[in-house]
Amino acid sequence: MSLHLDRESPIHRLSPEVKIVAMLLFTVLVVSTPRTAFAAFGGYLLLLAVVAVIARVPAGWLAKRATIELPFVVLAVALPFAGRGERVDWLGFSLSVDGLHGAWNIFAKGTLGVLASLLLAATTTMRDLILGLDRLRCPVVFTQIMTFMLRYIDVLADDARRMRIARLSRAYDPRFLWQAKAFAVGVGSLFLRSYERGERVYLAMLSRGYTGRLPAVSDSRAPAREWALSATLPVATAAILAVVLARGM
Amino acid sequence: MTGSASSIIGMTPALSITGLRFAYPDGREALRGVDLSVAPGERVALLGPNGAGKTTLVLHLNGILHGGGGRVEISGMPVAPGDRAAITEIRRRVGVVFQDPDDQLFMPSVAEDVAFGPANLGVRGAELTARVDEALAAVGMTGHRDQVPHHLSFGQRRRVAVATVLAMRPEILVLDEPSSNLDPASRRELAEIIESLPVTVLMVTHDLPYALELCPRSVILDAGRIVADGGTQALLADRELMAEHRLELPFGFDPAMRRG
Repeated sequence: MSLHLDRESPIHRLSPEVKIVAMLLFTVLVVSTPRTAFAAFGGYLLLLAVVAVIARVPAGWLAKRATIELPFVVLAVALPFAGRGERVDWLGFSLSVDGLHGAWNIFAKGTLGVLASLLLAATTTMRDLILGLDRLRCPVVFTQIMTFMLRYIDVLADDARRMRIARLSRAYDPRFLWQAKAFAVGVGSLFLRSYERGERVYLAMLSRGYTGRLPAVSDSRAPAREWALSATLPVATAAILAVVLARGM
Repeated sequence: MTGSASSIIGMTPALSITGLRFAYPDGREALRGVDLSVAPGERVALLGPNGAGKTTLVLHLNGILHGGGGRVEISGMPVAPGDRAAITEIRRRVGVVFQDPDDQLFMPSVAEDVAFGPANLGVRGAELTARVDEALAAVGMTGHRDQVPHHLSFGQRRRVAVATVLAMRPEILVLDEPSSNLDPASRRELAEIIESLPVTVLMVTHDLPYALELCPRSVILDAGRIVADGGTQALLADRELMAEHRLELPFGFDPAMRRG
């Protein structure tokens, strides 16, 4: 299930760094909204819907990938039952009002955050995300690690797949936990292989004059127009928040 | 057996190794006094059984391994691991293509990977793009410049690995097992590329027919010493010598019958 959706849209064309900043600001504003400002959350969802339409990301595509949020939602469902204080009766269940608010808080903010991240991922390739972080002065160590992960994740997956096929070919068919030893050993040897590969990659890099710093790929910066364009999302979010708060929720 | 072409001609050898020794920290002696001289433009095959010290020798050529004694010179310039600027120049002059292209190609796209070496040398902008284009053209991979290395075939990845080194405009191309894991067509294509390059080549290989096809001269390394140095055809035809150093020709292959 790929997170990137290869489309031609104005949002796809934006520089990665402006999208990352817009997404971060949006998320911060959403998280700092009081949980009872129900109208504000509706407004935020509408904003994301507009972004999705411009980016030509289908709702079904987003919904399918938003299921990553489910474990947190399960936790949220438990809150109204476990919460303390004032209680209301609903369909024969006694529910805590405070717990209900807590569950809504997790559900609403979580969903908006996940949708915003998915929109960023859908419109930006992994490579561009790393490039964007690099231009935002993210420490080089992190961007280098991510670059290597991006390159080698498929190689590792291939290694793991070949080792699995080799196990299966020798009639390996674990049915119980204590039969999983070969799998555990496989994970261990995958780690060793990766470690050794890391050493070989480093030697090959040294041979081509690596001195501890990856050469800068390009120095191009996002134009002011793109910053202004992407700022509309956080600005609109802040406006909704301000209006809802001014009306006393 | 020894006396190489370069000492006869008398010009500065592209590669000159004298009395090179090296032992790993665990005490295993990998090189016990290697002497080798390669003239500019020569193509030499480095043969020898597993564990003979071939890879250890290769890693000495650009100063990654050092400290065991002896001397390595590249076009008259000594490999001095302590001197940062000198070692960068050495690593430009000696292009090592490693056996597993996945070790060599670590950037997310082909073009970025080819640009890595020259960028480390300080090449930027249009000149860098020109270097990348030139190197990819030399290995016939121009059409794949923006692809992810993982999505290329093994043969294509090996060719890109050669390009990553060519982009640094090396004087010596060192190839570690260039024909391993290649299908016959990719093997032949790579041979054509190597033959077309105007550089000195040192090729580590177990593929004896490949050595005969590409390298007029061969040296045999065994137990950390050069034990034979001469014309590839003559060495491969010497049954006793071959058997003594665990070298075997493929079934049905006769070194007396040159190609074609």
